[in-house]
Amino acid sequence: MAIIKASAEAIAANSSSETEKLASVKKQKPKNTIIGVGNGLTEKIMHIVFLICSSVAIIALLLITIYMISSGAPIISKVGLKDFIFGDKWAPTKEIFGISPMILTSVFGTIAAILIGVPIGLMTSVFLAEIAPKSVVKVVQPAVELLAGIPSVIYGLLGAMIIKPLSYKIEMLVFKDNPEHIYTGGANMFSAVIVLAIMILPTIINISRTAIIAVPEEYREASYGLGATHIQTIFKVILPAAKSGIATAVVLGVGRAIGEAMAIILVAGNMANMPEAFNSVKFLTTGVVQEFAYSSGVHREALFGIGLVLFVFIMIINIVLNLILKGKAKAK
Amino acid sequence: MKALQTNNASNLKIKQHRFVEILLKIFIWVCALLTVSFVVGIIIYILVKGIEGMSWNFISTPAAAYPVENYGILGNIVNTLYLIVITLVIATPIGVGAAIYLTEYAKQGRLTKIIEFTTETLSGIPSIIYGLFGSVFFYSVFKLNYSILAGSLTLAIMILPIIIRTTQESIKTVPIMYREGAMGLGATRWYMIRTVILPCSIEGILTSVILSIGRIVGESAALIFTAGLAYNLPNITGIGDIFKKAMDQGASLTVQLYQYAARGGEEMKYAFSTALVLVIVVLIINVLTKIIARGFKKVK
Repeated sequence: MAIIKASAEAIAANSSSETEKLASVKKQKPKNTIIGVGNGLTEKIMHIVFLICSSVAIIALLLITIYMISSGAPIISKVGLKDFIFGDKWAPTKEIFGISPMILTSVFGTIAAILIGVPIGLMTSVFLAEIAPKSVVKVVQPAVELLAGIPSVIYGLLGAMIIKPLSYKIEMLVFKDNPEHIYTGGANMFSAVIVLAIMILPTIINISRTAIIAVPEEYREASYGLGATHIQTIFKVILPAAKSGIATAVVLGVGRAIGEAMAIILVAGNMANMPEAFNSVKFLTTGVVQEFAYSSGVHREALFGIGLVLFVFIMIINIVLNLILKGKAKAK
Repeated sequence: MKALQTNNASNLKIKQHRFVEILLKIFIWVCALLTVSFVVGIIIYILVKGIEGMSWNFISTPAAAYPVENYGILGNIVNTLYLIVITLVIATPIGVGAAIYLTEYAKQGRLTKIIEFTTETLSGIPSIIYGLFGSVFFYSVFKLNYSILAGSLTLAIMILPIIIRTTQESIKTVPIMYREGAMGLGATRWYMIRTVILPCSIEGILTSVILSIGRIVGESAALIFTAGLAYNLPNITGIGDIFKKAMDQGASLTVQLYQYAARGGEEMKYAFSTALVLVIVVLIINVLTKIIARGFKKVK
C-alpha cells in the first residue's frame, strides 16, 4: 500500500501541471461533432457506464459509513455515549461495556509506535535519499518494499515467536522485586508497540524518501555554497523543506498503526487493562477480532460499537491527511 | 587578548559542531542498519523456521479433518485463488471504468474531487472495518453467509482505490497527441478509448491487477469475518460445482496461518511454512511489478 501511495503522490506531483495542460487542451477542442466510427447511442451508453463505475466508490464509502453507524450506534445509545467511551470496565458477560481502556491502549500504543518508528524510518529515508551510494540503494530499496508487502499476520507470527519471549525476559527483570505484578508471559503492550513500530517503517520510509528527493537541487547547492556541511544541509535545509511530505508519512503511519489488528493480536494479550508497558491489553482492533467469533446479541452489538469508534478515529485521520495534502498543493 | 578569547570560543564551537555532526551521522547509519537488519532477520527467520514443516505433501494436499493427521494447505491455496479471481473479476472493470471516466470524461470539478476524496478515504480504512461492514452488509442485503463470494465482494471494495489510482496515472501518461490524432481521424470518444487509450495503458492496468493480487493474498482481518474458516477442497463433479464453491466457506492462506499460529504448539511450524509460501508470493509480485514498469519505460 505504502509504495502505491508514495508513487502515486510522486506521479501526482509531476502530473498536476500536465493535467492542467490537458484540461486546457480539452477546452479548446471543438465539440465532438465529427461523424465517425461508432454511433451516438453507444457513445451515450458508454458515458453512462463509466459514470456508474466511478460512482461505485462513492456509493461504497456511503454504505460503509451508513452501516457502521447503524450497527454501532444502537449499543452506544443503549449504554450511553459517556459510559461507553469513558467507562473503564469491559465485562461482556455482565453486559458492562466501557471501552476507555481499549481507546487509551490504541491511542497510546499508536503514539509509542510512532515515537519509535518515525525517527528510525525518517533516518533510513535520509540515508537512502542523501547518503547511501547507488549500489547500496539498489539493495536496500527492494528490501524496504518487501517489508511493505509482508502480510500483517506474518508480523504477528514473528512477534509471537521472537518479541514475545524477549519481552517476557525484560518483564521478569523489571518486576523481579514486585510480587503483586501479574505476569503476561510477554503478551503485553510493550511487545505490541514494537511490532507496530516495525510495521509502519515502510510507510514512513517510502513517503518521506519521496518528499526528500523532491526537494529542489538548488536548495542543496545554496546551502553548500554558504559553507554548510552535508549533515547541516540535511537537518537545517532538506528536512524542513520536506516537512509536509514527512507529515503525510506520519499521518499515514498513524492510520496504519491504529487500524492494525492481525499483527498485534497474538502479542498484545487479551485483557482490557489500562495501557501500561507490561500489562496485558486489548486494542480496539484486537478486541473486535478476538471476541467476534464467540460473541452474540448485545455483546456483538458492542463490538460494532467499538468498530464505530475506530471508524470515527480513521475518518478524523483522513480529514487531517486531506488538509495536509491540500496545504501542500497550495504551497506549490 | 579579547580577539584571542573569541577565537578560542569559536574554535570550541566548531569542535562542538563537529561532535554533533558525527553523532548525527552515526544515528542515521544506525537507523538504516536497523531497518535492513529487520528485513534480513525476518526473511532468514521465516526461511529457517518455514523449511522445517515444508514438504511437497504440505502444499499438495488439503488438511484432514479433526483429529488432524495430515497438515496441508492445498485447500487454502485453492480458496486464495478463488478469492483472487472473483475479486478481480468484480473490481477490475469497475476500477478501470472509473479511471477512464475520471481522466477522459469528467471535467476537473466537484465530482472528480469527491471521487478522489472517496478513493483516498477508502484506501485509508483499515481492513477490520471492511470485515465488519462486509459481515453485516452482504449478509443483510444479499443473504450471504460466510462465503468466498462475500469475502471477494468485501475485498473488491478494498482494492478499488488501487485499481482506480494506478490505472488513472497510466492513462494520464498517454500523450495528448494520440487522442487528438484519433479524434481528428473521426473516431468517437468510446472508439478512441477502446483503440488508443486502453491499449496504451495496459501496463498500468496490469500493474494495478498485480498490486491488487498482493493486497488480496496478504489480507486476513477482512476475511475472517466474511469468508470463514474452511480448508477443504471443492468436491467437483460437474461445472456447476466450480461455481458452487464460491458460496462455501473458505479460509485463505493468511487466515489459515493465523489459525495455526493461534493454536500454537506443534502447529507453529506449519504457520511458518505457510508464511514462507506467502513471502515467496510477495517476492514474485514485487519482481513482476518491477519488470512491467521496466518494460513500460523501454517502450517509451
